[in-house]
Amino acid sequence: MSASAQRVLAPGGDAPHAAVQAELHPQKQHAHVRFINLGKVYEGPQGQVPALQGIDLDIQRGEVFGIIGRSGAGKSSLIRTINRLEKPSTGRVLIDQVDIGDFNEDTLVALRRRIGMIFQHFNLMSAKTVWQNVELPLKVAGVPKEQRQRKVAELLELVGLEGKHKAYPAQLSGGQKQRVGIARALVHDPGILLCDEATSALDPETTQSILGLLREINQRLGLTIILITHEMAVIREICDRVVVLEKGEVVEQGPVWQVFGNPQHEVSKTLLAPLQHALPEDVQARLQSHPSEYHASVVLDLQFTGSEPDLSALFSVFGGRVSLLHGGVERIQGRALGHLLLAISHSPLSVEELLIRARKHAQQAEVVGYVA
Amino acid sequence: MWLDRLWQGVIDTFLMVGVSSLIALMLGIPLAVILVTSGKGGIFEAPTINKVLGAFVNIFRSVPFLILMVALIPFTRLIVGTTYGVWAAVVPLTIAATPFFARIAEVSLREVDHGLIEAAQAMGCRRWHIVWHVLLPEALPGIVGGFTITIVTMINSSAMAGAIGAGGLGDIAYRYGYQRFDTQVMLTVIVLLVVLVAAIQLGGDRLALRLNKR
Repeated sequence: MSASAQRVLAPGGDAPHAAVQAELHPQKQHAHVRFINLGKVYEGPQGQVPALQGIDLDIQRGEVFGIIGRSGAGKSSLIRTINRLEKPSTGRVLIDQVDIGDFNEDTLVALRRRIGMIFQHFNLMSAKTVWQNVELPLKVAGVPKEQRQRKVAELLELVGLEGKHKAYPAQLSGGQKQRVGIARALVHDPGILLCDEATSALDPETTQSILGLLREINQRLGLTIILITHEMAVIREICDRVVVLEKGEVVEQGPVWQVFGNPQHEVSKTLLAPLQHALPEDVQARLQSHPSEYHASVVLDLQFTGSEPDLSALFSVFGGRVSLLHGGVERIQGRALGHLLLAISHSPLSVEELLIRARKHAQQAEVVGYVA
Repeated sequence: MWLDRLWQGVIDTFLMVGVSSLIALMLGIPLAVILVTSGKGGIFEAPTINKVLGAFVNIFRSVPFLILMVALIPFTRLIVGTTYGVWAAVVPLTIAATPFFARIAEVSLREVDHGLIEAAQAMGCRRWHIVWHVLLPEALPGIVGGFTITIVTMINSSAMAGAIGAGGLGDIAYRYGYQRFDTQVMLTVIVLLVVLVAAIQLGGDRLALRLNKR
């Protein structure tokens, strides 16, 4: 390891956040992929356009790491700096503790063979059969024919396309094309798999099967998977950790259950909105910001992270009529994330008191409004 | 008697068009590859080479064939030693056809999805791997289509060359049809040319279709 690499790998960070740091950056020194103060600026017609700035991230070996953000947030640029399809303007990218900044064509080619990549639009060669597509990376690397045949057959079996060797991409469904893409990406036994919106062009059912396959690959082969997406559902499905990117900067990061259970940044909340249980439309229409009559029900929004809500205990503390408007519990990384929308009426307690009591049971509680 | 000449004319036309289109094919594809890959954002980015080559292609493409042929007479004499006959026609035909074909091939190469190039880079392809395994195979149906157009255009041009002494069907049509008002020969030549062009177009279209897996 070079001296400069050693310098930047020295453990740092502020002491008060040591515990948080440990959870966010386990084994910083052994990170599989590490971004250090990474920045990217594009030369546009109206001058310089910053795409990424001040990115510091560590991605551990074997984890499924999600990068989420709205379109234009810089996700594509960020993921492409890992295999240098995109050259960073400032900062560094370390892979296995090696700075890839000054790699030449030879070392880059070798690096890229250790990093597989799949794409939103699959990017398969239309003039080549499924077999030839998967074989291509081996062919250009000069792998002998026998070895190529063994490897291609093995991978097409892994992705469940044994019967499609001679088919052309145009004859396949979207999900099958992405399976070919995955087989092609894994043909050099890479340590890292980059997924660039890999399921964004697929229907929900196919998305599930592709995510299942990625999960399986991650567990069976111990592959580090780095994916970018604009869909929170994808992150929930397979990621261990997630960062939220906005305007080229990291605005939130953490274990997926944490970011989902308690999103801090506005962008995270917006991205999570489609997955949240919302008020039923008719209730929403009748919702008022102040009680209009004495017996109006107060609508509470309760969030539970870590364990399932104890309903009997919860309802008894309110001392009135409690009706459930909407709610559910889902499990992310083995942790329960619950969300309840309750309408409470005829309670002798003040709204402030209701909230105080609710917060003894739920991690978060707030008043949404009132309905008559 | 004239049937023999007609037969000779067919052979001469085939020779002129065949030889010059083969040379145009061999020169045009590398030229098109250089034009595409040396452009802005190309895999062998080289703006100066790109501009110079582009200008050359444009100059040769904008000169009408008849004028190009006359202008090239000294050059033709230098290369083949004569300015008459089939071989003298091959020189201007090739020089006219190469940039023509290169531009059409260039369009097909340019239409190859950038995502495929990116995927090739991501899988560890070197730049010439990308040309050989991605750009050319993906653009092949378009290149075949473009080559068909080139051949047909060259049959057209070869007739013009025939009129100024290169032989071939154009020469026969000119001498018998225009100078002697022999309608029969004229019509026969027209029918022959139509059949020839139709056959080439059909063959080219079929091949392009068969190669297109999209």
